[in-house]
Amino acid sequence: MAKRNPLYDFKWCPGCGDFGVKVALEQALARRMAERGESIENTVIVAGIGCSGNMVHMMEGPQPFGIHGIHGRALPIAYGIKSARPDLNVVVVAGDGDFLSIGAEHIGPQARRNLDITAVVMDNGIYGLTKGQASPTTELSVVTSTTRFGKLDEKMNPFLFYLGVGVPYLVSQLSSRVKELAGDIKTAMEYPGFSIVHVQSPCTTYNDTYSLLKGDEKKGIEPLAYPIGDGHDPEDIVAAAALVRDRRIPIGQIYRRAGESVAAHQRLAEAKARANIEQSTVEELLTAMTIA
Amino acid sequence: MSKNLVVRFAGEGGQGVVGGAELMASAAAQGGYHVLTFSTFPSQIKGGPAWGQARISSEPILTPGDYLDVLVCQNQYAYDANLADLREGGLVVYNSEEFEIADNSRALGIPADRMAREAGNPLASTIILIGAVAKLAGVSIEALESFITKRWSRGRPGDEQIVAGNINALHMGVEQAAKTGLQLEDLDTPPTHQKPRIMIRGYEASAIGAIAGGVESFIGYPISPATTMLTYMEANLVGKDRFVGQASSEIESITALIGSGYAGKKTMTSTAGPGLSLMGEGLGLAWMAEIPLVVVDVQRGGPATGLPTKTEQSDFIMAMNPGHGDMSVPVIAPGSIEEAFWASIAAINWSERYQGPVILLSEAAIAERAQDIEMPDLSRVQTESRLVSQGEAGNRRYAGEGRSPFPVPGGPGAYVANGSEHDEQGDTTHLPDIHVTMTDRRFKKLELLDDGTFEAERTDAAVVLLPWGGTKGPARAAWQELTDEGVDVGWCFTMFLNPLPSALLESLRGKRVLVPELNYLGQFATYLRSKGINAEAITQYTGLPFKVADLKSEIRRRLA
Repeated sequence: MAKRNPLYDFKWCPGCGDFGVKVALEQALARRMAERGESIENTVIVAGIGCSGNMVHMMEGPQPFGIHGIHGRALPIAYGIKSARPDLNVVVVAGDGDFLSIGAEHIGPQARRNLDITAVVMDNGIYGLTKGQASPTTELSVVTSTTRFGKLDEKMNPFLFYLGVGVPYLVSQLSSRVKELAGDIKTAMEYPGFSIVHVQSPCTTYNDTYSLLKGDEKKGIEPLAYPIGDGHDPEDIVAAAALVRDRRIPIGQIYRRAGESVAAHQRLAEAKARANIEQSTVEELLTAMTIA
Repeated sequence: MSKNLVVRFAGEGGQGVVGGAELMASAAAQGGYHVLTFSTFPSQIKGGPAWGQARISSEPILTPGDYLDVLVCQNQYAYDANLADLREGGLVVYNSEEFEIADNSRALGIPADRMAREAGNPLASTIILIGAVAKLAGVSIEALESFITKRWSRGRPGDEQIVAGNINALHMGVEQAAKTGLQLEDLDTPPTHQKPRIMIRGYEASAIGAIAGGVESFIGYPISPATTMLTYMEANLVGKDRFVGQASSEIESITALIGSGYAGKKTMTSTAGPGLSLMGEGLGLAWMAEIPLVVVDVQRGGPATGLPTKTEQSDFIMAMNPGHGDMSVPVIAPGSIEEAFWASIAAINWSERYQGPVILLSEAAIAERAQDIEMPDLSRVQTESRLVSQGEAGNRRYAGEGRSPFPVPGGPGAYVANGSEHDEQGDTTHLPDIHVTMTDRRFKKLELLDDGTFEAERTDAAVVLLPWGGTKGPARAAWQELTDEGVDVGWCFTMFLNPLPSALLESLRGKRVLVPELNYLGQFATYLRSKGINAEAITQYTGLPFKVADLKSEIRRRLA
């Protein structure tokens, strides 16, 4: 929309990781539509507040439906959409502040419901839009405008958090690996349940972690990010937890719950079929209260 | 002959005092009487002072009754705390296993629990008490027998023994009362009814009204006194394309409603004050992004946790302005159980018509009341659905000076529903002239809602009584009595509080308007004054409804 709309007055900084996520999301949607013959209007992108939330206005090409809501509440908005309309493809886009700080309370409920949506989390370890405050995923001791003595609270481990609250499908990726990310998002959208694609998406202005993630031989920096080897069994939650417990960032499929995934709306439909109940009419409901 | 019987069952939570009042009311309703119940209980599962009251009358009922004809009490505290509400000449029935009343010749002690145990029917102690009350008040015993027979004939083995046991229990109570020689005036014979009647609770009326209005999705979080509506929906909104869910908080409820409303569904939640507080930001988003949805606020005492199980009318200002920034959320507040049914339909219609959030203000005293009403005339139900985009405006969802076609996901017109200030297609922009255009657009849509009906009587009087919500009942009773006594006061009422019907506002100009309401601030009177109306509040904040006598004397005092 951005290119076509001169009134739109938001920009991402040059080099922002979110550009890569945007292209990957566009590609994933384009491939999904091509494969399924599905119209773009069948997809809803739900965004929170923060640089990441502007994704919904920045997307180019065929335009999906979108909601740019309030801070931290993209997940429950998605719950309302998907519970009302299981036929829609619902994708949440959020940042680490939006998703893991103010919005963290909503992750567990959607995971336990197994709401059939995909959350693409852009983690840059900082509040960018408000100009550089510490987020849950900012490292310990980092000086920001709200951590003048260096950050005093520990960095959150989002992967362990996701596993702990029951997220059944979890992928880790880098924003710079656009092709792989597009594939990850597309596959996650196909998962019949709650999926998270957690993307390291550096902020070039306030927390440029490109060289930390990828490493820098000249400076002697070992890369934080590394590919998950073939030996990992993503259906083994203990192995998944072991994989993510240190500060390094494994890239690939971290976890996928064993067995068939039954999504929230399927569970409800099956429960209603088992209960074999029908909707009473208003007249029936009132007549049941008749004073004989 | 007496036109009214007011009975209060007082004791501790868990002793069946609320159930006793409802059973008595149900039995009397089946006997043809008009009935209304009211109960008050503490916020705990068992224990604490609780009472349930049934008013039984040969005439239509407006209030639970100021004073008691019979007080049934389970313990000393219940007697001490409630005796002041017993009218002169009223009678007391008490649990003589628990305590003794030595100094009251109009008190009848019944060891109901022991008698029930000895009769081999330990669950029947309430029925023994009802039998005693019925005898004391001259209520038809045959009608009660008929009620018991119907209530416990459920097509199960053993029905006959249960019915016989309960009828036996009823007569045990009757005999106890007969022995004393105590007697109230006989209750009038019940009226005859031309139309079918139903016995319904307030929350059921709200919920069934919502179903009549076409609600498709209901998502809520448990909170007193609004949980009953959620559980009713869980049990009754069960169709294939219907969704009822328990959210993890009121923040999740309201934002999920935004998702469902955005996705094209008629959607609703029920909550109480603390929940409405949490919904403030979400309601702002619904206003800003123009998403239809309805929030039922069953008011209780506040602020904070306040009085979770008591009644109050103290959320009016918050309902209109639940969040930050420029907004004015439409508010509908039913004044009776009949109106609760129609108010739900009206709220859904308003939300669909103007494409935004609507607050339905109920209150504990309405939601928890059970009453006999005429079967609502369903041929009068008219439902509205939003104007859906067929793609005529492309993605320009917010084009125009007021309401515009609503694109539904899956259909044409993909746009961004945006809580930031936005242009016609929903992209964020903070340009001054666009904020002006869009703010004007959002407020202009309220003009679509100036179709609220209102009551107006004795319109020539210089002073008008204008209650709102559940205070309608006691205010109406006070107004009728004052009018009968020759006091010249006008009467107005509407459940459409925001926007107020413009014709009502015009009719109030130049008059002195008395507004009885259950809050400290005089919230509705303040709002009326902001509209240029000379309004003054008559307030009460006890957690209980007004008594008619109190209202009458206060109105007289204001007029003096």
